[in-house]
Amino acid sequence: MVVGRVAIPFVPPRLVRRHGWTIGVYALLLASLIFTVAIHPTYGAFDIKSLALGALPLALAAAAQTVVVLSGGIDLTVGPLMAVTNVLAARAMLHSNFRDALLVAVLVLILGCAAGAFNGAIVVFSRVPDIVVTLAMSFVWGGVALLILEKPGGGAPLDFQNLAQEATLSPWVPNALILLIVVVAAVWMPLRGSRLGLALYAIGSDRTAAHASGVNVPLVRILAYTLSGVFAAIGGLALTMTTGIGSPLSGSFYTLSGVATIVLGGVSLAGGKGGMLGPMAAAFILTLIPADLIFLGIDPNYGQVIQGIVIVLVVMVGGLAALRRKSA
Amino acid sequence: MSELSPLLEVSSLSKRFGPVIALRAADLSVRPGEVHALMGANGAGKSTLVKVLTGVLRPDGGTIALRGKIRVIASPAEARRAGLMPVYQDPALIPDLTVLQNLRLTGTPVEAVRRWLSELGMSGIDFGVLTRDLPPPSLRLLDLARALAAEPDVLLLDEITAALPADLTTRVFDVVGRRRAEGRSVIFISHRLAEVSVFCDRATVLRDGETVGVVEPARGAEAKIVDLMLGPVAADVARAEAQRAPIRSGDGPGKSRLEVKNLRAGSMLQDVSFTVRPGEVVGVAALEGQGQGELFDCLAGVRKPDAGQILVEGRATSFRHPYDAIRAGLVLVPADRMQALLRQRSVRENIALPLVSRLTRWGLINVRSERRRVKQAIERLQIDTRAQAQVRRLSGGNQQKVSIARWLAAGFQTLLCFDPTRGIDIGTKRQIYVLVRELAAAGSSILLFTSELAEIPLACDRVIVLFGGRVVQVLPANVADESTLLRAAHGLAAEAAS
Repeated sequence: MVVGRVAIPFVPPRLVRRHGWTIGVYALLLASLIFTVAIHPTYGAFDIKSLALGALPLALAAAAQTVVVLSGGIDLTVGPLMAVTNVLAARAMLHSNFRDALLVAVLVLILGCAAGAFNGAIVVFSRVPDIVVTLAMSFVWGGVALLILEKPGGGAPLDFQNLAQEATLSPWVPNALILLIVVVAAVWMPLRGSRLGLALYAIGSDRTAAHASGVNVPLVRILAYTLSGVFAAIGGLALTMTTGIGSPLSGSFYTLSGVATIVLGGVSLAGGKGGMLGPMAAAFILTLIPADLIFLGIDPNYGQVIQGIVIVLVVMVGGLAALRRKSA
Repeated sequence: MSELSPLLEVSSLSKRFGPVIALRAADLSVRPGEVHALMGANGAGKSTLVKVLTGVLRPDGGTIALRGKIRVIASPAEARRAGLMPVYQDPALIPDLTVLQNLRLTGTPVEAVRRWLSELGMSGIDFGVLTRDLPPPSLRLLDLARALAAEPDVLLLDEITAALPADLTTRVFDVVGRRRAEGRSVIFISHRLAEVSVFCDRATVLRDGETVGVVEPARGAEAKIVDLMLGPVAADVARAEAQRAPIRSGDGPGKSRLEVKNLRAGSMLQDVSFTVRPGEVVGVAALEGQGQGELFDCLAGVRKPDAGQILVEGRATSFRHPYDAIRAGLVLVPADRMQALLRQRSVRENIALPLVSRLTRWGLINVRSERRRVKQAIERLQIDTRAQAQVRRLSGGNQQKVSIARWLAAGFQTLLCFDPTRGIDIGTKRQIYVLVRELAAAGSSILLFTSELAEIPLACDRVIVLFGGRVVQVLPANVADESTLLRAAHGLAAEAAS
């Protein structure tokens, strides 16, 4: 092929080009932390811990959503599933000891796994669009949460709560952050490089080509929802740890906030593109913004407005960058 | 006799999609070590047969036997295990995965793929790039190398040469043909009779989902194959039409309808100037990627040129959007039918779409006038409307007819055809070229790029040859035979032209 004048002054290495968005999100996180310290000089270990505590459930909701969106779907049951697992754990763990609490946690994870698989099976076998099925299922799970616990209550042993609330290693490294890193490293990292992980990206990118490549599309779709259920259950457990109680309406915030987080984190809602690291940083950014508004003395009710504007601006800037790369 | 016992035996396979019968009774028998052509007009059922054989579709009836044993092929993975490996018309590579990841997804040995790629003359492909960033010919060959690496007993190639330049086509057959000695076979689908008669041992011809004949495509058998493909009556009509199509000679008088001056866009299109007069068909001949894509995009308002002028009826224009180009009377028929059509809407709606801006009065669609224009267009192009509910269910040739019909209904002055006959059967090709001549006779101007150089003298008055983003030669079409054009398209014009 004849190419005329190639006059691109600087071509960044492929790793940087391919993960440009993720790097950008982490730069934005760093910038917002610096901004926070600038407007609030006493920002310290305690604030870092409350940031991590706030970001943990959101990051896990985003992780749950990421898996399904990468596979070319959407899961509106993430929030309600978090609520179900949250109230179930809080009710079962009330007055129990740490060992029993861990046992309950394992059972709750299995339940999340089953609930996710159930969602996926309905989506695949009913052939009803995923957005309709999961919207309907979100009402079901929301109702189940209210059946388990009518109003906020229940509890969890202090040791269990401290899994997220303490800062065991160093006051600057909260357990919530370690927990998040461990979960993502244990669940996502092995998957990403495997054939199953590739199949997940493949069905999100081009379902026909994936089918022709020998991918079992229905099975992989169900597995995506199953994994989403697991992440949602971990998110529900995280809510139990961070709040110490169960609340049947706790999850409602996390479905759409999770979607916003993954968009900011560079996951394409069209499927097939993105990763897990971007959304994790995005969860911290979106948790930091309301805190900064309080430090600035702005009415927290503006928080949502500003969050929305930030997401649109960031995605727009990213889109412009992609456009410039294309025409270059 | 054991070597003549078939490797693959398909008998009376059938498949229907709702009211449309895609396969009625398809028979196919492939011997070991044979390159077997599968031919047929558009909608004859070739692609459906391939999809059934490779587990993408389940047949409604009939049997598939491999080495004498009847097999049920329920999924692409099962087809692969049975030794049937396809290369489809659209490469089955995942655009958002790298080449390496794509190979791992299918469990294909990377070294084998590298070896086949270097045999195909494509060793330069970087396995770390996303496949969406690879040009179409590389994608096809990569898909082919991946299929070859699986060492299939039967390799199914669906229109693999349609997107390949001539030299690569020869190479593909060279490499694929070497496997004959090992008793491995190839099923080859193509519309290019010349390729079939040179490279294939036998050909099975399908018509309306039925096997109508098996021929040995030696030289001279082309006419017989065409007759089989078209059916008795249609063949006579096609022959008569081909003889009747009048070709205007050389430079006629008259002012220019479309004038392009020193057009430049991106790195591909460097400096192109030419004119098209009313009633004239100007052909564009070029190898892959010589700026023709950018040229047509600029003329259709899809992209803005970096420099140069486009004059319509002598007036300078600047298109910011395809809408501007359409208003100026320039309409595009793209190679990728699906780019222009709404796949899930009906034939009628697709044809009427460009009319919407015209037929409305006080915001309402004048349904009666719309119906009439659409009906005329459908009749004129003989569009097969059995599956008219959704355009995506039509065969490729009928889809292309729809994308031309919409402009017939809407009206235009200059038709820009970008490789309109890619992957289309001979019967439809003739209809399209006859139509092009008729349109020119009625005063329209046509700019026609085709990757099949032999077709240029059939349809064009003049031909411009692009090489490296510049016009390297302008010829009257009646002297532009394939070899002249091929030399010019390779940049050898300077020596060739005296």
